[in-house]
Formats: sequence, C-alpha cells, structure tokens
Amino acid sequence: MIAHATPRPATAEPAALHPAILVDNVTVHYGEVLALDGASLSLDHARICGLIGMNGSGKSTLFKAIMGMIKPDAGRVLINGAPPAKARKEGGIGYVPQSEDVDWQFPLSVRDVVMMGRYGHQGFTRRPSKADRAAVDDALERVELSEFANRQIGQLSGGQKKRAFVARGIAQGATMMLLDEPFAGVDKRSEATITRLLRELASDGCTILISTHDLHALPHLCDEAVLLMRKVLMHGDPEVVLQPENLAMAFGLDVLNRSGAGHHPAARHAGPSAGTAAGSSAGTERRN
Amino acid sequence: MDLISLLLEPLGYDFMVRAILTTALAAIVCAVLSCWLVLIGWSLMGDAVSHAVLPGVVLAYIVGAPFALGALVFALIAVTLIGVVRNTSRVKEDAAIGIVFTSLFALGLVLISVTPSQTDLNHIIFGNLLGVSIPDLIQVLVLGVVAFAILILKRRDLTLYAFDPTHAHAIGLSPKRLGALLLGLLALTSVVALQTVGVVLVVAMLIIPGATAYLLTDRFSRMLVIAPVISATCSIAGIYFSYYLDTASGAMVVLTQGAVFAVVYLFSPRQGLIGTRLAKARRRKAAALAV
Repeated sequence: MIAHATPRPATAEPAALHPAILVDNVTVHYGEVLALDGASLSLDHARICGLIGMNGSGKSTLFKAIMGMIKPDAGRVLINGAPPAKARKEGGIGYVPQSEDVDWQFPLSVRDVVMMGRYGHQGFTRRPSKADRAAVDDALERVELSEFANRQIGQLSGGQKKRAFVARGIAQGATMMLLDEPFAGVDKRSEATITRLLRELASDGCTILISTHDLHALPHLCDEAVLLMRKVLMHGDPEVVLQPENLAMAFGLDVLNRSGAGHHPAARHAGPSAGTAAGSSAGTERRN
Repeated sequence: MDLISLLLEPLGYDFMVRAILTTALAAIVCAVLSCWLVLIGWSLMGDAVSHAVLPGVVLAYIVGAPFALGALVFALIAVTLIGVVRNTSRVKEDAAIGIVFTSLFALGLVLISVTPSQTDLNHIIFGNLLGVSIPDLIQVLVLGVVAFAILILKRRDLTLYAFDPTHAHAIGLSPKRLGALLLGLLALTSVVALQTVGVVLVVAMLIIPGATAYLLTDRFSRMLVIAPVISATCSIAGIYFSYYLDTASGAMVVLTQGAVFAVVYLFSPRQGLIGTRLAKARRRKAAALAV
C-alpha cells in the first residue's frame, strides 16, 4: 500500500489511502439465479488485474457492480473510498465493451466514438471545444489510430476496434479502466500492441481490470490475477493463480486430468474448457 | 401544361398550401427521430406508440384537452404496460408490444364509435391532409418545432444512448432517462404526424426515412440531414401525385417514401443490392485489364 501512496496527483483527499477498487462481500441475484455470492476484492492503484473465470462465473456481473449498473443485494462497492456514482460523475471510469455488445454497423467514425469519452466534460449539447478535439487527437495518436480516425468503426480490424475504445477511455481521462474480453478476435500483433498500451497506462497511474479467457497472455500483461467462481477463489500473482490445481477450482477438474505436469499446457487447456470461441482460439493459436 | 404550371396550380388553393406545409413539417420531425429508431431497433416500438396514442387523442377530444397531452399519457401507459408484461411473464417483447398496442388501438376505435362527432375522429385514423385547418397547422407547428429542437440539441446524448448505453452510464449520464426522453419525443412526434397520414401510417414516416438514409451514408450526422430532406421531398411529391391522380393523400405520401426506399435499396452505391454488384463487376473488370 505505502509503495503506491506517493505518485498520485493531488486531490482534496489523497485517493491512494483507499484502494482503487474495493468490492466488499457483494452478492447479486438475477431473479432466482445467484450471480455473485459474497465476492470480495481489493485492487490497488496503477495495477493491472486479470479476472479469470468461466462463463457464468459472474465476471460481467462484477463489472456491472463496480460501475454501479446493478445494486448488490448485499455488500458494497467503493471506488477510491467513495460510492461508484462519484467516480462516474468525475469521469474516472472507462469501459471497453465486449465485441459482441457493440453494433459495428453503427454509422459513427472512430473519431466520433473517441469523442464520446469527452461527453462528461462537455455542456448541455456536448458541443466539442478545442480542448476536446485536442484530447481526442492525442488519444488517437496514443493508440496509433490517427490515420484511421475517419473510418467507420466497423471497418477496423479486431485489435484496432479495441484500441479505439481504449482511446475513448484515454480521452475521457479515466483513472480506472474495465476491459471485457479485450483479446477475443484479436490477432497476436494487436494483442502485443494492446498489452504495451495498457502497461503504459498503468505506469501513468491508471488502474486496469481485465476479464479474459486468454490465460497465456496473462503473465505478460497482469500484475495480479483473480480467480472468480461467483466468489473470489483466489487473488495473487498470475504465475501462482495459473497453477493447474488452482485453475481446476475455477474451471472444473478436467483441466487436471488432461494437462499432465507442465504449467503452460494447463493454461492452454483451461481455455477450451471454458467453452467459448475466445477460449478455443487461445488453445489452438498460442502454442509458441 | 408545362412543369412550372403543374407545380403552381395546386398552390392556388389554400387547403393545398396548408397540406403541403403540415406534411413537410411532420415529415422533417419524423425523419429526424427515425434515424435513432432504426439504429436502436425500435421500429416496432414506434409502431406501438403511434397506435397506442389513439385512445388518448380521443379522450383529449372528448374533454377538450390538447391532443398532445392525451397522446403523451397513453404513450407512457403503453410503454409501461409493455415493460410490465415482458418483465413479469414468459411472454417475449415483440408479443408484449403486439398485445398492448393493438388493445389500446382497439380501445381508441371503441371510444370513437361512442363519441358523437365521428367524422372528425375518423380522420385521426387515416389522416386528413386536405382538411388541415389553421389551428391544426399551428398545433403541428408548435409541437413539431419543440420536438425538433429537443432532438437536435440532445442529438449527441441520444446517439450515445443508441450506440453504447453502458458507456453513457459509466460517465455519469442516465441511460434510463435518455431512453425515456426518446420515448416522450416519439409520442410527441406521433401526434404531429397523426394529422397528416393518420395513426395507421405514422409508423411509415417514423421508419422509412431513417432506414433510407442509413443505406446512403456511414455518418450519423449526415443521416440527420439526408433523412429529413428525402422525407420532406417525398411527402410534397406525394401530395402532388395525390392531387393529380386523385388518390388518398396520406397513403400517397407513404407510398412515395416506400418507392424511394426501394430505389435506394437497389441502387445505393455503398449498400444497394445492385449498386454494390455493379461496383464489384467494375473492380473485377479493372483488375482483369490490369493483368
């Protein structure tokens, strides 16, 4: 804690005294279905945390709870020690949606989408000022999409699409970014670019939480990892969390049976057992 | 008779001038709104709300209140009922919409049948373009300008709501409130368009222009210009057609819009069925020549 306490920009109350994200014993039901069951998680500033769990483990629900989109039945969420609404109003929360949740045919250019990051800073009609335009240009530059700024968003590659949404968070000035499956449908080179970009953002003080099936990329990208199965089963160093016996807790026992001794093959098999396209591509393509 | 006199002759009648003004106004407001409706996938919702306002309009007529007020109340009732039926039973949304709006529409028809002055109210159903009075025109003008102004001033928020409500929430806006605003504007716009094409065909004005513009451009800001221009042009042309062909005016307006959509659907250079094939053939030919 103390190690992270010094380099924060000055605010009235030093934010670093509080964890960037505190999820305290949160329980969420959807009707009869139990989505989160007393999940607890504390994440420090400027850390990158990978959130691992199979479908239905509550990853999206946890994101929604952190953004304050759903009210937990029990427990609480604090961002920099305050309720999420405050962080939202301040424009602190950036969100990069899952590809399936975006209408890629929507008639907007890359620049239009990045400009949406500035809406919280703008007036009643969201008329962009010079400063807004400059922030958008800077963000586009940062994610290396300047030359594609006027393309319709659907005409980008998988990795470029993700970077466009990261740029929106940068233009917004987000101090915390939530990324939902950022590596699904992304080729290896783009994945490296995104990884580098996120590491840069973290070194600037941005706290980053990533839900992912891509276990192979995790140790390069993340400072810490969380195993989620309706509750937080484990939270620690990625190398430790990715140990097969630990993954087995979250993904089911077949991981152990299929994987044998080594630790990377275990990571490879855990993906497909999660049963998604992202998982299987992680299994088939990343065998270097 | 040359073209100029063909165009000028109907303008000699006051009722034609009023018809053209009202239609153009309604066409523009509906077209602007339609850009969001087609992108969110609310076409059916547009259909529902525009039909469901009928009992509200009839009740407003009976008690002497403004039509818009009655329409707004019933639009709200319709949307609430649809939400309740969808969320609290196993019935899916499209079925919920179908049940609620047809029932409310039927209620409106029943109310009309028991209300003395029947001729007036039947016009709400099929429109009465050629019988637009000065007060009607003023009402359409006021409501239309209000709806148009709100849509244009809040266009960026509404587009954000249509594109990514989660982000809207994350930056402290309320997607719920933006959705409600859009529904309220939908109700208001329905009232504007009732006068021209009637309840049954309002939905055409609320869908076709946006869908047509969507096939022509990749920029939302351009859709907001293309849709009203096409819609107003089609509507005025429709009135002329109905004048010379002696056909139902509201229906003719919708038919013209539909015909223009068909042409764009076939020949749009980016999205059109034939347009894209021609472009592909040209590219193939160019490639063959290059070899």
